[in-house]
Amino acid sequence: MVYLLCILLLMVGLFGLISQKNLIKIILSIVIIESAVNLFFVLAGYRDDGIAPIMTERTAQLPESVRFAGRAVDPLPQAMVLTSIVIGLAFTALMVTMALRIYDVYGTYDIREIWKKRDKKSK
Amino acid sequence: MEYLLVFILIFMIMAAVIALWTDELLSAVIAVGAVGFGASTAFLLLGAPDLAITQIVVEVVTLVLLIKATIGVGVRTTSGSLSARRAAQAAAVVVLLLSYIIVSFRAMPPFGSSVMERIADAPSITYLEEGLDLAGSANHVMSVLLDFRAYDTLGEATIIFTAVLGALLLMRKKGGKSLDIEQKEEKE
Amino acid sequence: MKNRSLIVSKISRWVAPVIFVFGIYVIMYGHLSPGGGFPGGVILSSAFILVMLARGRDEALHTLPFGLAKELDAVGALLFLLLAWTGLVLSGVFFVNFLHRISPGEPMRLWSGGFILPGNMAIGLKVAASLFLVMFALSALRISNNEENEGEDNSTEG
Repeated sequence: MVYLLCILLLMVGLFGLISQKNLIKIILSIVIIESAVNLFFVLAGYRDDGIAPIMTERTAQLPESVRFAGRAVDPLPQAMVLTSIVIGLAFTALMVTMALRIYDVYGTYDIREIWKKRDKKSK
Repeated sequence: MEYLLVFILIFMIMAAVIALWTDELLSAVIAVGAVGFGASTAFLLLGAPDLAITQIVVEVVTLVLLIKATIGVGVRTTSGSLSARRAAQAAAVVVLLLSYIIVSFRAMPPFGSSVMERIADAPSITYLEEGLDLAGSANHVMSVLLDFRAYDTLGEATIIFTAVLGALLLMRKKGGKSLDIEQKEEKE
Repeated sequence: MKNRSLIVSKISRWVAPVIFVFGIYVIMYGHLSPGGGFPGGVILSSAFILVMLARGRDEALHTLPFGLAKELDAVGALLFLLLAWTGLVLSGVFFVNFLHRISPGEPMRLWSGGFILPGNMAIGLKVAASLFLVMFALSALRISNNEENEGEDNSTEG
């Protein structure tokens, strides 16, 4: 059920990406897609009643029957998602920079008007 | 636990729909911030405190960037509505993808049984059991990122470097060779 | 954004160093408690972004000059590469955790985990400098844009 809702969030972002015509709203749709994908990875690595994969003094001395590895959540997807979140930030910064440049040159954020102005310039 | 996650996800979906539907750009940016904060709360509930910290801080910086791009240049509202043709195209793509994904969900294990339990010698079990001896750090996520899979972190540092390099290159004055701030420093 | 109020300006002067110290703490204790190089670097850069937003670009240039930020960015990335190369030189395997083999230290202490601590510091330095550069470049364009497009206002207020 939670997987389905996460995919639904991804689909909302995808719908916005294809159908919106304002450049800023396209960037917002990409940010929504990134959050949905990161959440999906972490959902896939969850274990029922799991604890975070960080050892404290107490968990380092657990008896053998309640091993830490038997109770902790998977650390591998979390490591991948951590880099993915920061890459998303760099990517958003690059997209916003490009959008500002486009605004500087064309004066608008509407992609249909930008296409019209480009066609006029090339004629 | 699962009900709490379902509640947070429904909140995120509503915020995403509001972000795409509204005409005012400030409301849209704030709604996308709400999606990010919901994701951070979900990370905390899923046992990933590193990710919760990272997601909150990254979301704040994203909000600042987006507000600079919209209110900072004076654009407040976006014009107009969705044309029917675009909405139909987008809906067709979404329905196609969604049907494919739902069919392939049968191969997905139920929520709560992680991947590392199903594969015999998954690397995660080795990382958790022997991580303290092999890498020495108590935070297993960090030891995976910087010891067992350090090459991916090097690739990620390269990606951030390249993206920022691209952003700096785009911000030159027209026809000039350096940013205006460098020209000021050269004059002094 | 031209007339910055007195309250924002004064309070940001006190809050920015606290954020800076918190960022350094998150980086340094990355291998013992949640955090690490990446969120710590972003928190560090947000201290400088706060100064830039609340007190203006010139004040932000006082705290961290533009050329220095560019060099710190490159130095952070090169330091990370240097750690990897040292592993190759010392024992023939790229990116081996050589500091952990040399002096393991006790678990749950600050000096454990080998080169995870210097790796975190290099990554934190790199991410902080990069984000500061990007934010600075964006504000540079905005000011030049306002000078060029005087009188063009795209905001529609109902």
